[in-house]
Amino acid sequence: MTRQSRLLPRLLIAIAVLSTLVMVVAPLFYIFAAAFAQGWRAYVQNIMDPLTLHAIWLTVLVALIVVPLNIVFGVAAAWLIARFRFPGRSLLVTAIEIPFSISPIIAGICYLLLYGRQGFLGPWLEAHDIQILFALPGIVLVTLFVTSPFVAREVLPLMQAQGSEQEEAAVTLGASGWQIFRRVTLPNIRWALLYGAVLCTARAVGEFGGVSVVSGSIRGQTNTLPLHVELLFNDLNVAGAFAAASTLTLIAVVTLLLKAVLEGRAR
Amino acid sequence: MDIHIDEIAKEFGKATALKPVTLSIPSGALVALLGPSGSGKTTLLRILGGLEFPTSGRVLFDGQDATGMSVQDRRAGFVFQSYALFRHMTVFDNIAYGLNARPRAKRPEKAEIARRVTKLLELIQLPDIGARYPSQLSGGQRQRVALARALAIEPRMLLLDEPFGALDAKVRKELRQGLRDIHDETGLTTVFVTHDQDEAMELADVVVVMSMGSIEQIGRPQDIRDRPATPFVRDFIAA
Repeated sequence: MTRQSRLLPRLLIAIAVLSTLVMVVAPLFYIFAAAFAQGWRAYVQNIMDPLTLHAIWLTVLVALIVVPLNIVFGVAAAWLIARFRFPGRSLLVTAIEIPFSISPIIAGICYLLLYGRQGFLGPWLEAHDIQILFALPGIVLVTLFVTSPFVAREVLPLMQAQGSEQEEAAVTLGASGWQIFRRVTLPNIRWALLYGAVLCTARAVGEFGGVSVVSGSIRGQTNTLPLHVELLFNDLNVAGAFAAASTLTLIAVVTLLLKAVLEGRAR
Repeated sequence: MDIHIDEIAKEFGKATALKPVTLSIPSGALVALLGPSGSGKTTLLRILGGLEFPTSGRVLFDGQDATGMSVQDRRAGFVFQSYALFRHMTVFDNIAYGLNARPRAKRPEKAEIARRVTKLLELIQLPDIGARYPSQLSGGQRQRVALARALAIEPRMLLLDEPFGALDAKVRKELRQGLRDIHDETGLTTVFVTHDQDEAMELADVVVVMSMGSIEQIGRPQDIRDRPATPFVRDFIAA
């Protein structure tokens, strides 16, 4: 082996390691370093701030609503696409991908134009005293839109690869539709489903752009955790911002670990 | 149970899978649908099982029209080419599946289900594999488990799609005899699909030769060998 051919791989590995350190590991450490800069006590105090606690609760609440809905939607859509041939099928496949290709801000603005006071449905909603924008429903709707592809995109390829033979076998053995779903379809896709749910959770918790447009960022009311971090930072409350950010980071790290475990199980 | 297929045709969109075919299968017969791929033999089998519905024509079971009957009501024991065992269930649970899926009023007691599964495992001569998972079995064992699972529902007929297609020659020969024995013991009307003429000739009472969605000849193996009805049958048998 020539000198040059040994040098090149080492150089590439060095670049990869260095860029990971600079772009991923350093910021991660810095978040926790800054969060704990004034000691444990200050950190706990920052987290226990009622507005921060509310932001954490709101973010968890949104995830608790959005993720189960997306699981139901994702499995239903994947099952429909994988098992049936019908007009508009390829349109549905494309429609599921739309949230991936549209900037979340655009989604937020669409909701603003649709449900806002001057919007299409605004006057009707106002007349019936229904508040969607700058309230929980708006945040949930935008988060739903942004995260809707995650479960379907994980489950669909697996269902297509597995084919429908096991389900056909179950039906010849006399099983009803629900029995087949619960005892054959669901167990076969469970790891992909959990994996999709984990990705969906991570995205729902971290969503900033779309939510920032429709939530109004009212502290203690419609301020989710990512929005709260920004507000604290703009207030020059750096320690508070990093403390709040550290909880988000923690959720992300736990999610990544879960994802790694699930990927192992899926194989 | 005797089966009568009356002018059954099947189209998938613009493609014709079956031209109108008519075929009578007497009760207790062991019938082979023999032909190359694309001959419509699997489509015909799936129509009998209720997994496809014909574009036109009728299917009669014991003289009763069963054309629109649901898969569940047909009680056809179906063995799939790739066996389609439930991979997350043990062999025991696979075989018990059809019994456990019955509505509560018709479901046998737990002990009765266990007794029947044990009996079926003995019938397929694999009494000790109940606790294993399909991934831990050989191809031949999987095929026999799929057969036991189909028999567990006390089917009115047995339908097998290329039952030995995925197995090596030696195992295939053994299992042929196994299927013949099980057929003779249960007396079930049995239809299997194959592209292997030796298999059809050796195993079946009646061979139905198919090509391009039509039936070319129906007859006992000896008759088909001695008196091929069409040039296609002559060439196919000679191959």
